[in-house]
Amino acid sequence: MSHAAPARAGTWSRDRRGPGRSVALHLTLIAASIVSVFPVAWLVLTSLKPRTVIETASVAPIDHPTLANYTQVLGETRFLTWAANAVIVSLITAVLGVLLSATTGYAVSRFRFPGFRSVMWMLLITQMFPVAILIVPIYNLMAGLGLINQFPSLVIAYLTSTVPFCAWMMKGYFDTVPVTIDEAGRVDGLTPFGTFWRLILPLAKPGLAVAAFYSFITAWAEVAYATAFMTGDDKYTLAVGLSQFVGQHKAEWGLLTASSVLIAIPAAAVFLLVQRHLVTGLTAGATKA
Amino acid sequence: MTAPVVVVTLVLVGYPLVRGIYLSLTDATEGNMGRTIGMNVIPSTYEFVGLKNYIDILTSSEFLGRLTWTVVWTVVCVALHVGIGLGLALLLNRPMRLRSLYRILLVLPWAVPAFVSAFIWRYLLNGEFGVVNAMLRAAGFAGVSWLDDPFWAKVSVIACNVWLGVPFMMLALLGGLQAIPRELYEAAEVDGATPWQRFRHITLPSLRPVSSTVVLLGTIWTFNQFPVIFLLTKGGPGGSTEILVTYAYRQAFEGIRNYSGSAAWGMVILALLVVMATVYRRALRQQGEAW
Repeated sequence: MSHAAPARAGTWSRDRRGPGRSVALHLTLIAASIVSVFPVAWLVLTSLKPRTVIETASVAPIDHPTLANYTQVLGETRFLTWAANAVIVSLITAVLGVLLSATTGYAVSRFRFPGFRSVMWMLLITQMFPVAILIVPIYNLMAGLGLINQFPSLVIAYLTSTVPFCAWMMKGYFDTVPVTIDEAGRVDGLTPFGTFWRLILPLAKPGLAVAAFYSFITAWAEVAYATAFMTGDDKYTLAVGLSQFVGQHKAEWGLLTASSVLIAIPAAAVFLLVQRHLVTGLTAGATKA
Repeated sequence: MTAPVVVVTLVLVGYPLVRGIYLSLTDATEGNMGRTIGMNVIPSTYEFVGLKNYIDILTSSEFLGRLTWTVVWTVVCVALHVGIGLGLALLLNRPMRLRSLYRILLVLPWAVPAFVSAFIWRYLLNGEFGVVNAMLRAAGFAGVSWLDDPFWAKVSVIACNVWLGVPFMMLALLGGLQAIPRELYEAAEVDGATPWQRFRHITLPSLRPVSSTVVLLGTIWTFNQFPVIFLLTKGGPGGSTEILVTYAYRQAFEGIRNYSGSAAWGMVILALLVVMATVYRRALRQQGEAW
């Protein structure tokens, strides 16, 4: 930057940069884009190759294209069961998570008490690394309740990590809703719960959406709890099921790549639609603590 | 009126935590844990052993090794995340053609679920027929046994995690850059500030609310990055890429399940993160941040 002529060095006059710098800018971004896209692109290409080609060190992008891996994944494995399991667990987690975290977030946003900031801080810290800390006690509790290899055990485990974080995020949203709206609701004869349900929640819809989405993807892509809790292959979620394809002794790369593509495409499509809100949500809650 | 739900939330998080602390003070393992086999209910026979598990951990050679690698892993990953993320955000924060296309392409690694990415990288880095080695060989170099050599396995997990984590940093920092008023840059330019001075004295301080948050989030996420390590290298070869979190998990769920030992590792990890976060918060406070 320091070599630029003074006339066009301005950050606010960047649109007047010279051709040389334009080329450098685009080349850098193209290189970065290639690094970012290549692994995914190679995954898609590999999934279209027959097994015999995959297991050679071929660098040809396309080689005997076939859909055999896909038909095998869909027809001869339990991929669809695992996908359904993952969706069921994630949906229940998202619905319950939003209900619990919205209510908790509202309570924390409206009631102040001594040591409030420290409580918020601890809430953030303790909930963000639950795997190592909570997995053993939760596993033992679920074993005691006979819930191992049952979906409710996973949902409960996921809620312990999503609810505090979403509550924290929701608090940020509720803080932006003026308290005068609560008061107006009460003056008009709504119960406290009615005020929350009919006035405040609709105003926090973007926050609810972010919380639901965050809960969903957390549950959807979780590995540790699912690996430890789900012991029967009819109960696996996708993350556990896929690791069966590449075990210690055999590696079915064709099945793995085809199923990865089937998972990644819908996930990436939804994600690209909502990512803007997600970034805002994740950082907004934080800066407003 | 919201009290019942708040209580549910506290129970949901608090009860397992309390139970974890209790377990960490016992000698519970797979063998003496109460269980039900068919009609027979076998009661628990584990006992309270005080701080024994903690003493064992802190005096073991495993602890320092795991901790050192976990710290290296976290610092290197977060530094690369923020550095590359900020660089790309600065580039994207300019008017130019194809900007939204670049943005979408660069966000892609974040859009793919992390466990899928870990599998992708495991395939790309495969020693025999991975494309990375294939390209190295085509260029005339010898292939590298990425996932089977302790050093290269560390490089591999870091590369995979950096690839995964840059997009979030880039988007968050880009949002921060776009919120900086242009007038600041114009005023600085009128005063004759060089581009470096403008970056150093306007961009970086204005980004601080966003960057302090994302650095904290990134640190916590990386410290606990279970899927990448677990699915890419399984902590191997020979435990060389095992971070604290995957180590605690392995204690509890592989071999003879050592529940109490794993719970104690969990509490040690919790203590480390609380200390780190408190220090970080103090540092931010001293710089006048509103934490």
